Amino acid sequence: MLQLMLRKPENGRMYWEETIRQMSSIGLGSVGIVAFVAVFMGGVSAVQTVYQLVAPYISLTVVGSIVTNSSILELGPSITSLVLAGKIGSNIASELGYMRSSEQIDALEIMGVNPVSYLVGPKVVACLTMIPLLVITSISMSILGGMVICQLTGLITFDQFIEGARSTFLPYDVFFAMCKAVTFAFFISSVSAYHGYHVQGGALEVGRASTKAVVYCCVLILLGDYILAQLLL
Amino acid sequence: MISLQGISKKFGDKSVLDDIHATFLPGKVNMVIGASGSGKSVLMKTMVGLVKPDAGRLFYKDLELGEMDGDQRNELRQKIGMLFQSAALFDSLTVLDNLLFPLRMFRPASKAAMQERVAYCLERVGLAGTEMLFPSELSGGMKKRVGIARAIVLEPQFLFCDEPNSGLDPKTSIRIDHLIQDITNEYQITTIVNTHDMNSVLECGDHIVFLYKGRKTWEGDRQLILKSDNEPLNELVYATRFLQQFREKSG
Repeated sequence: MLQLMLRKPENGRMYWEETIRQMSSIGLGSVGIVAFVAVFMGGVSAVQTVYQLVAPYISLTVVGSIVTNSSILELGPSITSLVLAGKIGSNIASELGYMRSSEQIDALEIMGVNPVSYLVGPKVVACLTMIPLLVITSISMSILGGMVICQLTGLITFDQFIEGARSTFLPYDVFFAMCKAVTFAFFISSVSAYHGYHVQGGALEVGRASTKAVVYCCVLILLGDYILAQLLL
Repeated sequence: MISLQGISKKFGDKSVLDDIHATFLPGKVNMVIGASGSGKSVLMKTMVGLVKPDAGRLFYKDLELGEMDGDQRNELRQKIGMLFQSAALFDSLTVLDNLLFPLRMFRPASKAAMQERVAYCLERVGLAGTEMLFPSELSGGMKKRVGIARAIVLEPQFLFCDEPNSGLDPKTSIRIDHLIQDITNEYQITTIVNTHDMNSVLECGDHIVFLYKGRKTWEGDRQLILKSDNEPLNELVYATRFLQQFREKSG
């Protein structure tokens, strides 16, 4: 399938337009849910961190450090990818599955269009470019969420939070987060496209393919998360 | 012209097509008929290259499909138009964009020229003015006609129609049949229609191939089909009690 995807396009402009359309659908279409989840993720992790730091000899600035680091290293890339596996993964699998069962993929093939290249390629490219951007958004919103919750609830001030965040920030952590984002983006796009593209049957099988795609994506993301942490940290 | 020489196909142990020989000529509505499960759809998918035969050779004019490389196959596919049973229109695109899709992909020209071609094809199938509708807004018969318009937009030399009348009322069915017949005669293309609708067969079957359990057991035209002594074919042609009684009375 990957080999077919890399074949020369029949018309570069049409492929480019489809890629932009997918980028818009995957990227802009997921900003809302990603930001919403991230804000609460950051807020909750800030509250729970303060709850655990009851010892008077621990500076509360460490809350900023913990929320920032956990957002960059884990919450941003991994939890966002799990959310996106549900949203984008099921969408890709069901879209391709429906196109397969309604003979739209056969129609493309008979026209002389390489359906793998035209349908799957732009989705993979769109995921590889947009998911890292969504992860950056998620990290930013998570830190912001933590900061705002700390200020609003009077746990610590903005300044204390920022001081803590700066004290342990390492640019390498962002690189690590981006490595995870790109890897997970590839898992989400390719696994769900595979399951959707190879659907045989009708509505029931499309639903099954969509569920399977999400489950396999989540398992791969969790496994990949562990392997990347072992390899890169 | 399309020529089949000994086409066979098995799925597991089950033989779906068994040594099919046939020649489909241009300018004629060639029909492949048979009961459900007789192998019609597999034969059509084999002819358009979606299914690879286990044995036999398939010629488009004098070029063998099995020996074509990727580029030749793609070039051939641009000469093929196909109407699917479900019409297979792209749901996310309007009627206009559905018809523009193959043009933009393979014959990009000025916007005006492409739209003119689309307008002509829609006019040809009697659907002028539906350009901005989505497939979900069309009736079954309209979808089939848009499917035909999309199939002819690149001026194909070969037109395949898989069960063009399925799910349509008799009047719309006949309208689709006449459209296919007119297009075939007008452009002198090789048209192959899969059907088990006897009205269609008797209305416009210039050349008919009957499949029974994956084998070709009869070949002829619509005049001959009523006089055939092929029992499985007669069971299909005279399926209703009314026609059986009519046949018995008329001897």
